[in-house]
Amino acid sequence: MMFQGKIWKLGDDIDTDLIIPARFLNVSEASELARNCFADLRPEFASSVRPGDVIVAGGNFGCGSSREHAPLAIKASGVSLIIARSFARIFYRNAFNIGLPLLESPEASKELAEGDEVRVNLAAGSIDRIIDSQRFASSPVPDFMAEIIKAGGLVPYTIERIRKGEAV
Amino acid sequence: MPMTITEKILAEHAARKAVSPGDLIQVKVDMALANDITAPIAIKVFNEIGRETVFDRDAVALVADHFVPNKDIASAQQVKFVREFARLHNITHYYEGGDVGIEHVILPEKGLVLPGQVVIGADSHTCTYGALGAFSTGVGSTDLGVIMATGEIWLKVPPTIRVNIEGTPLPLVGGKDIILHLIGMIGVEGARYATLEFGGETVRRMPMYQRLTMANMAIEAGGKNGIFEPDDITRAFVDERSETGAIYRMSDADARYERVITIDAASLEPQVAFPHSPANVRNLSECGDVTLDQVFIGSCTNGSLEDLRDAASVLKGKRAARGLRLIIIPGSPRIYREAVREGIVETLLDANAVIGPPCCGPCLGGHMGILAAGERALATTNRNFVGRMGHPESEVYLSNPVVAAASAVLGKIGGPGEL
Repeated sequence: MMFQGKIWKLGDDIDTDLIIPARFLNVSEASELARNCFADLRPEFASSVRPGDVIVAGGNFGCGSSREHAPLAIKASGVSLIIARSFARIFYRNAFNIGLPLLESPEASKELAEGDEVRVNLAAGSIDRIIDSQRFASSPVPDFMAEIIKAGGLVPYTIERIRKGEAV
Repeated sequence: MPMTITEKILAEHAARKAVSPGDLIQVKVDMALANDITAPIAIKVFNEIGRETVFDRDAVALVADHFVPNKDIASAQQVKFVREFARLHNITHYYEGGDVGIEHVILPEKGLVLPGQVVIGADSHTCTYGALGAFSTGVGSTDLGVIMATGEIWLKVPPTIRVNIEGTPLPLVGGKDIILHLIGMIGVEGARYATLEFGGETVRRMPMYQRLTMANMAIEAGGKNGIFEPDDITRAFVDERSETGAIYRMSDADARYERVITIDAASLEPQVAFPHSPANVRNLSECGDVTLDQVFIGSCTNGSLEDLRDAASVLKGKRAARGLRLIIIPGSPRIYREAVREGIVETLLDANAVIGPPCCGPCLGGHMGILAAGERALATTNRNFVGRMGHPESEVYLSNPVVAAASAVLGKIGGPGEL
């Protein structure tokens, strides 16, 4: 899978309250949630994000609550993938489960800047900055997670497991 | 092969003789939990998968505790959706109205989570039940929906960080201070993807309510689970609530740990986390002059009967400072009733506290006790992220219930010694 988009650069420890504050959790429709994505951190995000855009963040992205509303809001806003130095574990699961790919790359997390355009090859884990063709490597997506993304998320993956008789 | 308690429980639930950190395993789930915020999405996932019934109607708990009593039309719609699902599938453990308390308070209280079990909840503080010697962790709604359909979840076996806590803590110091100190020490990423296993002589004497507080906050260090090896205190707690089902597992003496940390509890002062991170911890004596607009005592971290007793012992015969809003929320209807019977509620009312119905309350800033711009609150909760309890320009400080109660009287952060 290939993605291309403009970067939104965020810092370390971006918690789920910053991604979608709890006051907006009285609904669960992804498009509704997207309208309030990063409402307090980057109020302009929801209105100016473009399909394909990429979030680049520091360490521990998505820490805090288990709310799946966080990756749902980001995905429904059009963001194609998130690159970070590291991810909090519940967010990591949730993102792959709903089919939002994540890449861990300390180098890209440090070097890429707000507004840079990148092209990402998910299978190869390569991140290319368009302006100077600089390439950043990322940790390979574990096979199991790649399978979930390939299936389109945990739900289609599970339906297939049930069909094959692998799940009780 | 020597294993930790976490590895043993996971191996048993994956029908394997042994597991090692990093193994990807399919695990059978003993109890699956969701709340009014996370259940609606989990139910949609369950419906999409297309199973006719949940894997076990006795092993799913649905607890409407976050935005209740329903705060607005949208919240009421969400709870209605969950209620109708619970009725359709005859879910045994559906709680709302007068039956509801905070999910992580009522499940242990009712004996619905037991030592040796695997408990998975669509709520990050599901790690609370490690206090009983269970493996428990938080996930998102899709994982929970899949569990409701299949009774299973995929997990990566976490490495374990052993935390030995030694020494006799000072009178005002308890589980909350020890866990805040640990998070301050290792940071919010310090246990990312790992198990925090608590042991040592302090822990062997630690009452269950404080163990629950400590396990509850394992997630604030990024932990997958927090866990205590069961002992006589665990057995006494469990025997009062359940007759069967508990399996008591211990870590082997030669189990492998990624890291061993020792904390000298005797040297600790009460701890306060400053904005905007639970790792931004200071000693109480080093807090300086922090004036407060609100104090909240409650939540899945500190909403136990013992926590209310501790707060009442400080507040007896005193009043919250003029202009300060003191909000106190018992963690469950049973705790509320007992607090009335013991005269705690009267003491708290005399101190000018607002007593809320058992629920998450202002902890997550969606309902009951929201902060305005520039306001400061001290809370016995677990998170003080930007905007956690309201306006993004408000501030949240975290402490134990005794410090919170004393601070409510003082109008600024301080201990009972200053009253």
